[in-house]
Amino acid sequence: MLLFLLKRLATLALTLAVASALVFAVLELLPGNAAEVILGDTATPESLAALQAKLGLDRPPLQRYADWVGGLLVGQTANSISYDTPTAELIGERLQVTLPLALMAMVLTVFSALTLGLYAASRHNRIGDVGVMVASQIGIAIPNFWFAILLILLFAVQLQWVSAGGFPGWSEDDGGGLWAGFAALILPALSLAVVQAAILTRVTRSAVLEVLREDFVRTARAKGLTRTQALWRHVLRNALIPVLTVAGLQFANLVTGTIVVENVFVLPGVGRLVFQAVANRDLLVVRDVVMLLAAMVVVVNFVVDVLYAVVDPRLRVAGA
Amino acid sequence: MAVARTEGNTFAARARGHKSFVIGGALTLLLVAFALLSLVWTPYPPADISIPDKLQGPSAAHWLGTDSLGRDIVSQLLVGSQNSIVVGVVAVGIGLVIGVALGSLAAAKKGWVDEAVMRASDFTFAFPALLSAIMLTAIYGPGLLMSIVAIGIFNIPVFARITRGAALSVWARDYVMAARACGKGPLRITLDHILPNIASPLIVQATISFATAILAEAALSYLGLGTQPPQPSWGRMLSEAQTLMFQAPMLAVYPGLAIVASVLGLNLLGDGLRDLLDPKLARQR
Repeated sequence: MLLFLLKRLATLALTLAVASALVFAVLELLPGNAAEVILGDTATPESLAALQAKLGLDRPPLQRYADWVGGLLVGQTANSISYDTPTAELIGERLQVTLPLALMAMVLTVFSALTLGLYAASRHNRIGDVGVMVASQIGIAIPNFWFAILLILLFAVQLQWVSAGGFPGWSEDDGGGLWAGFAALILPALSLAVVQAAILTRVTRSAVLEVLREDFVRTARAKGLTRTQALWRHVLRNALIPVLTVAGLQFANLVTGTIVVENVFVLPGVGRLVFQAVANRDLLVVRDVVMLLAAMVVVVNFVVDVLYAVVDPRLRVAGA
Repeated sequence: MAVARTEGNTFAARARGHKSFVIGGALTLLLVAFALLSLVWTPYPPADISIPDKLQGPSAAHWLGTDSLGRDIVSQLLVGSQNSIVVGVVAVGIGLVIGVALGSLAAAKKGWVDEAVMRASDFTFAFPALLSAIMLTAIYGPGLLMSIVAIGIFNIPVFARITRGAALSVWARDYVMAARACGKGPLRITLDHILPNIASPLIVQATISFATAILAEAALSYLGLGTQPPQPSWGRMLSEAQTLMFQAPMLAVYPGLAIVASVLGLNLLGDGLRDLLDPKLARQR
């Protein structure tokens, strides 16, 4: 297990290094330079020179890359052009919205997918199974931002139960609070979860049906376990592996989905920050947020890899 | 064992009886038909502004009503379908051409070439299409071209992995070994034997990637990073409709339904093709 873990950690470090090099290459080694992109065509030579000096563009690319990565690792980042605040501070504030949102969406996704997938598999080829499959097929086709707009239409416009957007904050001093904060994230989390849950439901159903056909399940039933007992004690654990794979991959979709959904609900998260940075041509913020989101995807896939080995001991031996 | 090509098991006969294929095919054909129709006719020019006619409900003159600038909704939906087709075809084309080439190379050469191609694919998976599009538009500005490039780049590792996996199993076949023994080179073998035999999973993936491309383009246009005005786009129609939710809520429904119908059709088509092109299922009949 230790050797398996060390190999995976080495792969993780390499992937993060290459991802950072890619981000740096695309955003820093541009035709022209970052100062010209930020200031636009009408910039004077003096303002260009001043911004180039401020951004350190007179230094060699390798040195700029090393300084950037070193700064990221210790949390010391450059100042945003628009906000004149370290990007790490900006991102840290915004993560207070995005992380809970992504986690709520993931919990909703996994809970509903496991429930519906197990239900569909246990009602295989009957009306319950067909209903779940039709619903999931439609769910996969729904754009998450459109579903978000429909939720606003229903709950904010028609029923007027919630506001159409915004985030009150986690602190009661700012007029928000824990409950108010979570309430503001319910509809966004639902919007993110619907598509992912639809995909994961189908995967769960297939995986459970596959395992239900195995001999050991037939043996368990022959020994007197009810269908439900066999499902929970023997089937679910074995069916979890493909489900974990897809759930891990879906996290990437959830993270990028927050970019769109936060803009629908006007939530002050990382997604809205990067969108505003693109509009303001604040390349430093774009660079650091893109790196953060890519790193989150890579780290989650690493965690899924390790969880595989926990769920299936055969993989620890194979991986080592 | 050879299977007699009777009426019951020809591809066409099985396709006609496959619900997903029929429904998906019908919806996809409808999308293509609307896109082709919009090239020669729309009820009104989609960019025609008529402020006196703004925010009208459905009527004989405007079948689904008008938007905040008096533009006909049906016309915009029809022309918007062109974008979806263009993005799907080009983005999938980029992924298919480059991805299949890389995957074939990895399977043919194996060793360090295979390892390099697969690791490069892994790195690209860290950048979903939306993230890549944001990086590119931050530098080059928003537009349909950047959206297509970003979505296309994300398709490359998808097709590379499928090609490599399918090609490796074909390379192990006896007839390929015989071809090598006869002196055929890897390129000739790839073109003559590998690619024709791995076409099925690629076709299925192409329909699924097409659907994903439509969703991605809609999201980018919603954010203002994709298709730019005055070219109509379903995503941007939704963005504009959101500002009018209290006055004209239905404006937010029509473009969404168009996206759902297109994506659903392509997904069902892909599901149907997956079953129909599976040789094991063909032999069972």
